[in-house]
Amino acid sequence: MTWTRKDLLGLEELTKDEIELILSTVESFKEVSTREIKKVPALRGKTVVNLFYEPSTRTRVSFEVAAKRLSADVINIAVQESSVRKGETLIDTGRNIEALKADVIVVRHGASGAPALLAQHVGLNVVNAGDGWHEHPTQALLDMFTLKEKLGRIEGLKVVIVGDIAHSRVARSNIWGLTKLGAKVCVCAPSMLIPPAIEMMGASTSNNIDEALKGADAVNVLRMQFERDTEAAFPEKLDYFKNFGITRERLNNAKKDIIVMHPGPINRGIEISSDIADGKNSVILGQVTNGIAVRMAVLFLLSQARDGVVERREA
Amino acid sequence: MKGQSKIIIKNGRVCDPANNIDEVRDIYIDNGRIARPSKNGNNYQIIDASGKIVMPGLVDMHVHLRQPGREDKETVASGTAAGLKGGVTTILAMPNTQPAIDSVENALLLADMVKKTAQANVFICGTITLGRGGKELTDLARLKKDGGCIAFSDDGSSVDDDLLMQKALKKAREQKTLIICHSEDRSLSAGGVVNLGFTSTRLGLRGISRESEYKRIERDVTLAMNAKAAVHIAHVSCRESVEVIALARKNGARVTCETAPHYFSLTEEAVLGYDTNTKINPPLRGKEDVAAIRQALCSGTIDAIASDHAPHTENEKDIEFDRAEFGTTGLETELAVAITELIDQKVLDWPDLIAKMSVNPAKILGIDKGSLAVGKDADVIIVDPAKTWVVRRDDFISKSKNSAFIGRKLKGVVEYTICGGKIAYKSRG
Repeated sequence: MTWTRKDLLGLEELTKDEIELILSTVESFKEVSTREIKKVPALRGKTVVNLFYEPSTRTRVSFEVAAKRLSADVINIAVQESSVRKGETLIDTGRNIEALKADVIVVRHGASGAPALLAQHVGLNVVNAGDGWHEHPTQALLDMFTLKEKLGRIEGLKVVIVGDIAHSRVARSNIWGLTKLGAKVCVCAPSMLIPPAIEMMGASTSNNIDEALKGADAVNVLRMQFERDTEAAFPEKLDYFKNFGITRERLNNAKKDIIVMHPGPINRGIEISSDIADGKNSVILGQVTNGIAVRMAVLFLLSQARDGVVERREA
Repeated sequence: MKGQSKIIIKNGRVCDPANNIDEVRDIYIDNGRIARPSKNGNNYQIIDASGKIVMPGLVDMHVHLRQPGREDKETVASGTAAGLKGGVTTILAMPNTQPAIDSVENALLLADMVKKTAQANVFICGTITLGRGGKELTDLARLKKDGGCIAFSDDGSSVDDDLLMQKALKKAREQKTLIICHSEDRSLSAGGVVNLGFTSTRLGLRGISRESEYKRIERDVTLAMNAKAAVHIAHVSCRESVEVIALARKNGARVTCETAPHYFSLTEEAVLGYDTNTKINPPLRGKEDVAAIRQALCSGTIDAIASDHAPHTENEKDIEFDRAEFGTTGLETELAVAITELIDQKVLDWPDLIAKMSVNPAKILGIDKGSLAVGKDADVIIVDPAKTWVVRRDDFISKSKNSAFIGRKLKGVVEYTICGGKIAYKSRG
């Protein structure tokens, strides 16, 4: 099959085939990062603009590295130093970037739906690098690629996602992606942090991490955010760690080879203990490495679609 | 009455539920009023209404005309013109303007604008509290007597303070005037932008709970009962609200209520894709709520249909969903949506629908509208109930184009709107 979408806004609207196409494309790009000269000319002459309205080091750098390995030119717009401070709207910003003849906008925004709004108004490829609580598709794709790499498959896996599910775009994208590929997803959190009707997205829910971890093939640990003003259900960091933190002791009840994932940055001693984060079950750094290949694949596929020329890359 | 027009509307199905009429007959109009049939038909302009429905002009008791203050969104002139296209001949203008209609001075300011520029009948609603701040009551008595206000509402907000609301209701009873409630407990809806539930979860948006609406309605009707005052609940959107109102009525409360066309036609799924024209307060709810609203219209628990016409400029709508203003326009689509969803789907018959959109609102407001009896104001519309059309942004007469129905196919077109005995609107065909 061929990729035909102009934008990657989320995993909700993708078909199983489309997700599998991306994952198979990732394979070939992963190899590029192992070469001495980590470059392919796939996006040579193209301009990728990173438009980040929210701070990010990991995702932004990852997209930058990915674009550069594809030989693209990368521009980073630091929104705080841009005309956004003068009140320029999102649509105007997008249109101006389009007028500069850029090819791709990678956008991270605090408002859910912002990438969709942008995509409606510009002809460029728009990649969602995280919008509000809504989706973070490339994160979920790299999570899934990592799982497939370690466990050989997605179908039939039991994956637990633990943390502030209600406000997590990583959780939502993972639920869509994993369930479309046949995995069983369980979201685990204190009840105030589980959003309403999440079962309708295909995930089961649990308030007990020990129960949830039984028989799980993987656990994706989300960062607990305490800097949020109104939403914190666990004002004490210790309470959360005690009841939901992923520790060696907790994992003793789970499968011996359970995969431990985290989108980063990790808060040691809050949602995850240091020994687990650094231990043999952890694939956290592997996720980061895979992130580059995933973003290369996404940029490549989107760019091809826009050019109207699509080649199937055989793994 | 400006001018004299003699019109005969011939052969139409005259549906005049206020007078129990539903049959093919002719309507005579003379000198601004419904007239007796005249033997001398020579001077009359004749409109052939064969195959059409002839009914009283709609009375829309919830419209934001935005004047004074936000003439970029809408004005009395543009809003009433938009209304005429939609078959609306009488409007109750909501008072959350800039400045708000919280003083006799401001009420007279608006009244003057109405006198000079309104294309249809406009009645004025005053606010319950000063500046709609919820802290101090306005002078309801003077606003009614000297300002000409026929009802009072802080619409856009609810009066949070129970004691103050109690006082307002007592005053309203004393003055024999109506309080219209925008029932919303903001501590329960705070920051929400869509219905709390599957849609808010999958879109990653803050949700507005149903409790925030029906709990406040509970409070409003209870206080009204205690004060023995009449109260009208605006824009009812969910099934619990319907139940609360039905129960209150059973217990003897003098409560009436309205719903808007979007609540009996659209569900929260319309929000998928982040179309800000579907960002409304109260929000679009679930399938069961739409069903409950339709059932309540059928059973009579909901008395009226009002558009809650909320015009906004592009700058306030074509932005991130969180930041966009709440509201959809409604004057030009309300009748067609009602025909498409209620008549066509056999939820209401024509006499019932007309009652909900003219007779009942008029009765609730205590104004003499909604009747085609001889001697009444000649506010008459002629409707083609079968013609279909697609809602297009560029076709709107309103200054604002933020309609939740853009792109939808609707049934029902207003061919003529006669207001005060003169043809005020004629469709292009």
